[in-house]
Amino acid sequence: MNVNIAPGSIPNAPEPMEWPEGTLTRVPYWVYQSPEVTALEQQRLFEGPVWNFLCLEAEVGKPGDYRTTFVGAMPVIVARDFDDEIYAFENRCAHRGALIALDGGGHARDFTCVYHAWNYDLKGNLKAVAFEDGVNGKGGMGKTFCRADHGPRKLRIALFCGLVFGSLSDDVPPIEEYLGEEVARLIKRVLHKPVVVTGRYTQMLPNNWKLYFENVKDTYHASLLHTFFTTFRINRLSQRGGMVVSPDGGNHASFSFIDTKNNETNYAAMGIRSENEGFALKDPSLLEVVDEFNDGCQMQILTVFPNFVLQQIQNALAVRQVLPAGQTETALNWTTFGFADDTPEMARLRLRQNNLAGPAGYVSMEDGAVGGFVQRGIAAASGERAVLEMGGSSTANEGTRATEASVRGFWKRYRGLMGI
Amino acid sequence: MSAAITIERILALQARYTRCIDNNALEEWPDLFADECLYVVTTAENHRNGYPSGIIYADTKNMLVDRVTALRQANVYEKQSYRHILGLPNVTKNDDAGAESETPFLVVRIMHDGQTSIFATGVYLDTYRNAGSDLKFGRRIAVCDSSRIDTLLALPL
Repeated sequence: MNVNIAPGSIPNAPEPMEWPEGTLTRVPYWVYQSPEVTALEQQRLFEGPVWNFLCLEAEVGKPGDYRTTFVGAMPVIVARDFDDEIYAFENRCAHRGALIALDGGGHARDFTCVYHAWNYDLKGNLKAVAFEDGVNGKGGMGKTFCRADHGPRKLRIALFCGLVFGSLSDDVPPIEEYLGEEVARLIKRVLHKPVVVTGRYTQMLPNNWKLYFENVKDTYHASLLHTFFTTFRINRLSQRGGMVVSPDGGNHASFSFIDTKNNETNYAAMGIRSENEGFALKDPSLLEVVDEFNDGCQMQILTVFPNFVLQQIQNALAVRQVLPAGQTETALNWTTFGFADDTPEMARLRLRQNNLAGPAGYVSMEDGAVGGFVQRGIAAASGERAVLEMGGSSTANEGTRATEASVRGFWKRYRGLMGI
Repeated sequence: MSAAITIERILALQARYTRCIDNNALEEWPDLFADECLYVVTTAENHRNGYPSGIIYADTKNMLVDRVTALRQANVYEKQSYRHILGLPNVTKNDDAGAESETPFLVVRIMHDGQTSIFATGVYLDTYRNAGSDLKFGRRIAVCDSSRIDTLLALPL
């Protein structure tokens, strides 16, 4: 075990904090419960050699535009400077540590901390200290004080298809290498032209962030938990589809193609609840899909470790940012979007199909609650473990979605970074 | 010549609406809207920014019917109920073209285990239409003050 925490100091973990031996097919429940794990994740994972999704380039479209967000628990400002480049830095004044920007975003020429008026440019450089030379020759900063030595931590930035990623690490690979060839290609597939934001909201999930990130990667549950989907043949495991997992395990994409001729017998034969005959929409135009990517793919769900989701459910497009809020709460930030050249008809179709996802989503509202069902279910089970054996024990790409390969991939990546 | 849209009729429609949802009579909910209607749940931030996307977005009456069918037959959520507390409608327009109002709401969510919390506050932006002798919503935009939704939004606001 390679952690800085003394064995046995984690109250919720069996002693010592050991992963069940062997494969990636077991996940101990203390990993969703322990404050020490949360602290270690901040240090080794979110501030480690990863690319955190910060925002869309379109959200900081003009020089002076900024957004505030987080890297794990770390508050961050993302700004476009007047050189037209995007910068990100910790939202923490170098003086006393107060937040530099207090709102969610806007437009600014510079930032001034409200506490003692220390001033920063849009790159995060400390530019002015109030009363630096004192008043009437008295007070002021010491002679050795150098502004350039003080400032919030700066992030490296990577831009990919209009997505803004940030990293605190000098060792993180270039973004395309980090994504892996196939995942990068599938991001390009969707984000192939300028986007316009159509809405933003936050869904507060009553569970550890990892339970949500696993849920998004988990193709096994989709057609079983979400009955709206299966009933309308949007997402049956029997239909043509598959998934890719990046070589390091962290990123994935699952996709499906409508195949109306495929057999419908499996669900009925197993008596699975998802089989819900006789259920018809009075306004089926909601499900009229425009094959806008010209490849017949109806749905693509894609993740980038540790906190990014790209969603294409028919023509409902969104990005989701997964942010931990302590051990047992997660902020899921949704940004819905369309394309700048959408026709009015296409724009309306997206608004209608956005009913499919989000906190009230026909096919996703259950995901808001199911992590909480786990978090509550394991309340007394820190010494027990989850079983991930669907599709075997590997993290390899599969031509089926009846597998937990991408969930195992998540744990491979997670444990590699965490050293547990 | 249709009936005048009086404050009494507006109040009666508002009261029927909250009773319908809070008493779990969702099947009656779509009929409180005109045949051509728009129902959107959104946030104050999105409304302010002119972002059109809703957390729920229904621009046909049949979409409201489908929402109820999905909640009854397809979607999975823990048993819960709402208690709507409405403020007084501020009628912002009332002329030959129709009436509009803004009505503050507070929605308390009661979970099956008794856990009770303030789930949403905001304002309904409504337009009204006469449908025969009945008054109905032509448009109801539920603008939530907060951009945060706890866990999920199953029942309509």
